[in-house]
Amino acid sequence: MPEIILRTEHLCKNFGGLKATDDVSLEFERGKVHAILGPNGAGKTTLINLLSGELQPSSGRISFKGYDITDARPEKISRIGIGRSFQKTNILPGFSCFQNCWIGAQSCLITSMRFFRPARHLRMVHRRADHALQLCGLAGKRNQIAGTMSYGEQRQLEIAMMLATEPELLLLDEPLAGMGSEESQQVTALLRELAREQTLILIEHDMDAVFSLADRITVMVDGAELETGSVEQIRNSQAVQDAYLGHADEEVA
Amino acid sequence: MHTVTRPIIVFLCLCLLLLLLFPVVGSSFYTGLVTKIMILSIFTISLDLLIGFTGLVSFGHAAFFGIGAYLLAILFGNLEQINYWWSLTLTLSLTGVAALLVGWLCIRTSGVYFIMLTLAFAQMFFYFFFESPHFGGDDGIFMLNKPQITLATRQLVDLDNEHHFYYFVLAWLVGVYLFLSMILRAPFGHVLIAIKANEQRVRALGYSTPHYKLVSFVIAGTIAGLAGFLEAAHTNFVTPAYLGWHESGMAIMMVILGGMGTLFGPVIGTFIVVLLQDFLPEFTEHWKLIMGAIIIFVVLFLPNGIAGLIFSISNRFSSRAPGGREG
Ligand SMILES: Nc1ncnc2c1ncn2[C@@H]1O[C@H](COP(=O)(O)OP(=O)(O)O)[C@@H](O)[C@H]1O
Ligand SMILES: [Mg+2]
Repeated sequence: MPEIILRTEHLCKNFGGLKATDDVSLEFERGKVHAILGPNGAGKTTLINLLSGELQPSSGRISFKGYDITDARPEKISRIGIGRSFQKTNILPGFSCFQNCWIGAQSCLITSMRFFRPARHLRMVHRRADHALQLCGLAGKRNQIAGTMSYGEQRQLEIAMMLATEPELLLLDEPLAGMGSEESQQVTALLRELAREQTLILIEHDMDAVFSLADRITVMVDGAELETGSVEQIRNSQAVQDAYLGHADEEVA
Repeated sequence: MHTVTRPIIVFLCLCLLLLLLFPVVGSSFYTGLVTKIMILSIFTISLDLLIGFTGLVSFGHAAFFGIGAYLLAILFGNLEQINYWWSLTLTLSLTGVAALLVGWLCIRTSGVYFIMLTLAFAQMFFYFFFESPHFGGDDGIFMLNKPQITLATRQLVDLDNEHHFYYFVLAWLVGVYLFLSMILRAPFGHVLIAIKANEQRVRALGYSTPHYKLVSFVIAGTIAGLAGFLEAAHTNFVTPAYLGWHESGMAIMMVILGGMGTLFGPVIGTFIVVLLQDFLPEFTEHWKLIMGAIIIFVVLFLPNGIAGLIFSISNRFSSRAPGGREG
């Protein structure tokens, strides 16, 4: 019996009249890579925002390892072991790479309401921040100011910051978007590495990457789940062909 | 974020030395003036914790300065003997509670709304004291005595002696500076500085950012209350003007001019603004124009204030600092 780590039940999110998330009920298995596909505007980012607490659902439930986290705030979600990366690069541009990861790593403290001893004496935080940089291939950029790095490197840092919090479940919102092919291969390799131990929910436009990484795929259209299945099932599904894969070329940004 | 390099430390030690020696050569008038500037500096440093390190632009910070001053005057102003330890503890804790209440309501908002809300609270406190005949109204309150600093019946510092008062305030200024550098280097400070850079992201990394902002607001408010306490003890007088938006605005100006996000910048800004205010009128009656021009010049050409200038000069003296880890 596979363990369900995250489950949504009849999840809805309305923006005014727009149903950005429309009755989505999904189950995510521990240890698997679950990809979410869909054309632009399908509601993928909105779904991630609901799961990460960035947005509150209009109705429905979300549970993580059996606990109801429907109304939990982003900081709570992060602390219980769900990390996320953002589609739009969301880093601390004036900080060095190391300092960016430091903030992620320091959240391993029970609380950062500590006022007396200098933070730099915290060995464990050091190790975590450096480990995250290393995983993402940014060890050489440790002291570079994040805002001065290339776009691709900033995307890698985006992932490194999340990894520094050492999450159990990773929500990745288009981690490869806008990357050059070399960086893209690096990050795909990183995702494959992460997939060995962690659970990934991966939004990605790059079909090759999705088909090579994913264990299960959900296709979304207009906020609703169109179909969920194995890579083979999705490849061969007529409904998916019609709705999405047929004109995938246009969608790839 | 600036790394405090060796040349900066040398510079700060020189400044401290000058301040230590000043009463030896300075006249009574100037000793009093520098005492007043140092008290104001404690106030502006505390504002910098909000503006420069947490990203909260408070336009009502003078409220806590005024509350600190009024608490001393109201609770202890009529006493023959004021116990320093008691009056300070009570004043600071009550100011802290006031900052907690105001902050709790204000930190829910951000940007322009935060500015408006802090301003509104400060104005409320201003009119409370301004219109209450019980607390002196617009005349303010005169105090009879200064607090007595004694330990086991021995007097440690005689606040009626202006030199004693001067060194007493200098010790507080250094203490506040060291206290704030300590918390900024600690895990708490790292979170604050990150919140200023990108609050949403810090939240997503697992920090309850409103709590951190609130604690920062309370610390800043309490230190402002300390400055108010010292000012009331120095002049034996409190007035509602201490809480006015004009005071808050001047403090913001001093912080920006001196360089926000550095702890010594506000001190430099305070010295410059107060000294200009005192000396420019002697040269020309159009001194406010010149003040304005100086401020425009600094904002346009020294975006990081005077402290920023000092940092860029010091970077020429020091080889590049290793691995930026400093808060
Ligand atoms: N904060 C918001 N307010 C209003 N509409 C939004 C908001 N966020 C997303 N939307 C709308 O919801 C739909 C889904 O958007 P999104 O989740 O970003 O899609 P995707 O990530 O799949 O491209 C879009 O039509 C978008 O315009
Ligand atoms: Mg999206």
